[in-house]
Amino acid sequence: MKRVPWALLVLVAAFLVPAAGSRFYTFLANDMVIWALFATSLNLLVGYTGLVSFGHAAYFGIGAYTTGILMKKVGVTFLVAFPAAGLVAGLFALLFGFFCVRLTKIYFAMLTLAFAQIVWAICFKWNEVTGGEQGMPEIPYPDFDWLERVATVLPFVGGYRTSEYFYFLTLVLVALCFWVLRRIVASPFGRMLTTIRENPERAEFIGVNVRRYELAAFALAGGFAGLAGGLFGIFNRGVFPDFAYWTKSAEVLIMTLLGGMSTFYGPAVGALVLLWLNQQIVSVTEYWPLILGGILVILLFVFPGGLAGALGAVWHRLTRRPARA
Amino acid sequence: MPDPSFVFAQSLSGLTAAMFLFLIASGLSLIFGVLRVLNFAHGTFYMLGAYCAFQLVQWIGPGPGTFWMAALGAALAVAALGGVVERFLFRYLYGKEELYQLLFTYALVLILSDVAKIFWGTQQKSVSRPPGLSGAFSLFGATIPYYNLFILLLGPSIALAFWFVLQRTRAGRFVRAAALDRETLGALGVNVNGLYTGVFVLASFLGGLGGALVTPVRTIVPGMDTEIIVEAFIVVVIGGLGSFWGTFLGALIYGQVLSFGILFFPRFSIFSVFALMAAVLIIRPWGLLGRPLK
Repeated sequence: MKRVPWALLVLVAAFLVPAAGSRFYTFLANDMVIWALFATSLNLLVGYTGLVSFGHAAYFGIGAYTTGILMKKVGVTFLVAFPAAGLVAGLFALLFGFFCVRLTKIYFAMLTLAFAQIVWAICFKWNEVTGGEQGMPEIPYPDFDWLERVATVLPFVGGYRTSEYFYFLTLVLVALCFWVLRRIVASPFGRMLTTIRENPERAEFIGVNVRRYELAAFALAGGFAGLAGGLFGIFNRGVFPDFAYWTKSAEVLIMTLLGGMSTFYGPAVGALVLLWLNQQIVSVTEYWPLILGGILVILLFVFPGGLAGALGAVWHRLTRRPARA
Repeated sequence: MPDPSFVFAQSLSGLTAAMFLFLIASGLSLIFGVLRVLNFAHGTFYMLGAYCAFQLVQWIGPGPGTFWMAALGAALAVAALGGVVERFLFRYLYGKEELYQLLFTYALVLILSDVAKIFWGTQQKSVSRPPGLSGAFSLFGATIPYYNLFILLLGPSIALAFWFVLQRTRAGRFVRAAALDRETLGALGVNVNGLYTGVFVLASFLGGLGGALVTPVRTIVPGMDTEIIVEAFIVVVIGGLGSFWGTFLGALIYGQVLSFGILFFPRFSIFSVFALMAAVLIIRPWGLLGRPLK
């Protein structure tokens, strides 16, 4: 079968969502795209390097607060605030990760959780800077007026609502991030990460500085999570401490598992599916956690490879050539 | 310098909180020590213990001994739930990746906490103190409720009972052996599966009991499970995952740090316990009294 550029098709389709006219669908799509980035950033750690982090929401939160504080309190433009989110989150990931990668397995997970709760506690209590328990509502949108001027030359660019402009911006930025992440994963660095995941001791034996690679992966994952957080803070029209709470980390981990940790786009698919399911279920019943828990149990027992794994298995079944007699 | 009786009262309240936490964290530590899994759902068992106690108190009606029957009943109910979960679900995840086991326990949190919401709603519930233990007495200028005294005595009693069972009985020896080397124990003809179920049941009993006993002191609300599990994690990390006396020590330290943190640095008290957890993991990951994992 010819290699269909699925990702490109999805991207084009995503651009067409506002044309459907509904604010709601644009909102949902925006949410999905941001979480897709968040989940993929986590997968760099979990799926590719084999490090299970229970505190990834810390960097999401740091990114959100960085952008929020810069844009709302300091009045900085989005052009600076957005990369700053990634940079600050990445630096914190570097700092925390330095300590985390010295540990393995359950201790690693516990320390990532501890650092995430520290971030949460600071956001929760540091009223002057982070707004404390109330968070920071009303983060301003980036300035889109210049697009109206562009629209005089390119008419199809104009005439959209601010939220839709932000959605397009999100799409472009997230697509860029995905492209970069894809390059990282396919590079020798990325291959080394999978080597480390498969067998860290053997990697040490062949001379790889495992800890340094893990730290790099940790920092990169944190940085991209920060970028996702920066976008989410604006999208959500407010930044709140629960962005960094451990249950948020669990949410994104579930998305990653749901989509499939062993593929690049798996977690993104997981994010899309989970948010769509959430939307459908929440309109019918308030017991979404119950359903989510049930789905998770089914996943763990029946489809540990996630949707991507299940689809892959089905595909193999269908395209398998019958054995000659 | 705050006056001594206030300091004493704070310290005692820290101790009481520590004993509650010990009750719950000991179950968590037990599950980790033997089953090698961090049971996120343990906090939810605690919450279910509280709700069941509340419900039983409603059903039994007022009278002497109601509270005690309700507490015991709640603990047994939660223990039974734990047994069912382990036997019919969790058992099939042994040997699979740790992440799957962890996420399964988290799935339990989601499911069970919503089940609690279905049965009991989201309004706060509370249980009054048992009539025999209401009231308070005065010591060194601090007012101490009798119920808190009961908890302060119960904690170490359970610790001692635990210690006795683990160190001096045959079953305890099997539990310790299973924590060290499951396969060899199985090869020696011990029913390790049954042992695992038993450990899970016992741990769930302790969690449920903790929840039931805390009801006169704290209101029962949704979300008390996610709150307590993080506290329990901190305790077992400080003390040492899988170490029994470590859990006791960890609970004591946690209680004091929290109560004095609130006293001297009120804004940073939550921060301080997490910082303590991180510090222990950085400096001595296996905790104060734990043993390094292979």
